[in-house]
Amino acid sequence: MLTHTLPMLLQVADPQLPPTTGVFVIFSIIKMLVIFGLVMVTVAYTTFAERRIAAWIQDRHGPNRVGPWGLFQVLADGVKNFMKEETYPADANKILFVMAPALAFVPAMLTWSVIPFASPLPTPWGRIDMVVADLPIGFLFTLAISSLGVYGLTLAGWSSNNKYALLGGLRASAQMVSYEIAMGMSTVCVLLLAGNVHLTEIIGQQVAMGWNVLLLSVAFFLFLIAAFAETNRVPFDLPESESELVAGYHTEYSAMKYSMFPIAEYANMITAGAMMSTLFLGGWDIPFTTWDNVPPFTVLKTLVTFGFFVAKTLFWVFFFIWIRWTLPRFRYDQLMSLGWKFMLPVALAYVAIIAAAVVALDRAGFTRGHKFGAVLFGLNLVLVVVLFFILDRGRVVSPAYSRLDRAAVDKLRAVAPSRATLRGPGA
Amino acid sequence: MAIKVKVMDRPVGEVSYVRATMKGLALTFKHLVDPHKVTVQYPDEKWDISPRWRGTHRMLTTEDGKAKCVACGLCPTVCPANCIKLVPGEDEEGNRYPLLFEIDEFRCIFCGYCQEVCPEEAIHVGRHYENAEYSRDRFVYDLARLTSQTHPVCEMWDPADAKGE
Repeated sequence: MLTHTLPMLLQVADPQLPPTTGVFVIFSIIKMLVIFGLVMVTVAYTTFAERRIAAWIQDRHGPNRVGPWGLFQVLADGVKNFMKEETYPADANKILFVMAPALAFVPAMLTWSVIPFASPLPTPWGRIDMVVADLPIGFLFTLAISSLGVYGLTLAGWSSNNKYALLGGLRASAQMVSYEIAMGMSTVCVLLLAGNVHLTEIIGQQVAMGWNVLLLSVAFFLFLIAAFAETNRVPFDLPESESELVAGYHTEYSAMKYSMFPIAEYANMITAGAMMSTLFLGGWDIPFTTWDNVPPFTVLKTLVTFGFFVAKTLFWVFFFIWIRWTLPRFRYDQLMSLGWKFMLPVALAYVAIIAAAVVALDRAGFTRGHKFGAVLFGLNLVLVVVLFFILDRGRVVSPAYSRLDRAAVDKLRAVAPSRATLRGPGA
Repeated sequence: MAIKVKVMDRPVGEVSYVRATMKGLALTFKHLVDPHKVTVQYPDEKWDISPRWRGTHRMLTTEDGKAKCVACGLCPTVCPANCIKLVPGEDEEGNRYPLLFEIDEFRCIFCGYCQEVCPEEAIHVGRHYENAEYSRDRFVYDLARLTSQTHPVCEMWDPADAKGE
């Protein structure tokens, strides 16, 4: 193949037009390697960033002794994990036990293949799209792949032959099922606006109408929550839940096999950040200018847009870390009631509202441009205020099942000082 | 059976999850950008220990390098942990000196009585805390070890100057 494609590489083509198949294949391989390397390095340094940011938030220093500012801590951790002893629990299902970390890790990396990360790059051999595989099924692929990640967690819990690990695995699967629906529903709104699941076209739609975070704020919020649940991050880290389940699904893992789970978690975080950036923050789009979106494409444009994409993604990674050191974990029933009783109905209602609004605006003769976006933004502003500042009084995101009425509270308060019979109403 | 948890009627600001989250995020961000670090970077910078710190022992010596100890036997007598082993000896001129003087630092409770009782101000507890050793028997300090240590010694509590000023 190389002898066949090398002459093609030497052929000079129009930098603004798509390349020939041979060039496409070669550049795809290069893009794969570069993206894999970049994501792995970012994962490694996200673990470091997590520890440093956690430390700063808690008024500590964090790992600062290996290399300048502790930057080589990552290498030390890697070496440590490779050198450690691998243990296998008795009666573990060895095949699944070994397979599970890989099953958790692979889907996290796969999602990156469809995310466009910069504007097209002009080369002497033709225009190269800055996405590994420009799949027409776009975010359907990412939804399918990201839910595959739960197999790794569930199988890890199951194959360990440990009750805590099993509980963690079960929680992972239940959580994934609950939040996958809300996540899918929130992306339906994006689909309604873009008319397509193709990620490059979704970015194009956001360039034309304004970023989806403004046009579809509620969907964005739901997607954000669901992304936390899908990546098993605090406050949704019930599968791991170290204060209840030892270490949850990876209780029995050691050395590099254990290390694969955090790597998968961080890779998932970066992927979720990239997905949020792409679906709701305009991907590699630079706001307030169309300079980056129109041909002719240049190397400078590619670099600048890539920088913007990285900045957006890393902001979400930081946000994940920030939330982790702010919020406590949900109780299991809160997790379920949030998923099924709040997110699913709200997502459904929101799809209906957005669908109605889009139809109404189309009928009213608005073209899909900035004016269309402005009207949607106004609608969303109202919805956000209603949802999060008027309705959210312990009802929307409820800390528990139900609230006491006034009379019952008074009764409880009357009883409470004596501590005699604190049985609640009706007792 | 499902557990029903009832909630008391709390103010809206506390009950609203979104608002409470924002408040929490603001608080953690404040600490992130303006941390109140109190950590001492231990091997690089060391904590200023109290002048009355009672650590592992040290025996002071005379000008000619001999231990000041006159083997009077007061410190093994006063020692509540019974960690001082002393065998007295006497030279031709009738001066007493310790033939054997050992302190088991594992048994020692660092009360400092030995320093207080010593008439010659020979034995002292030290202002020192880096005591790691590779084997347990290294923690029985013999006379050679006690005299060769150089760390500062404890200033005992003085009733006239109760706060140490």
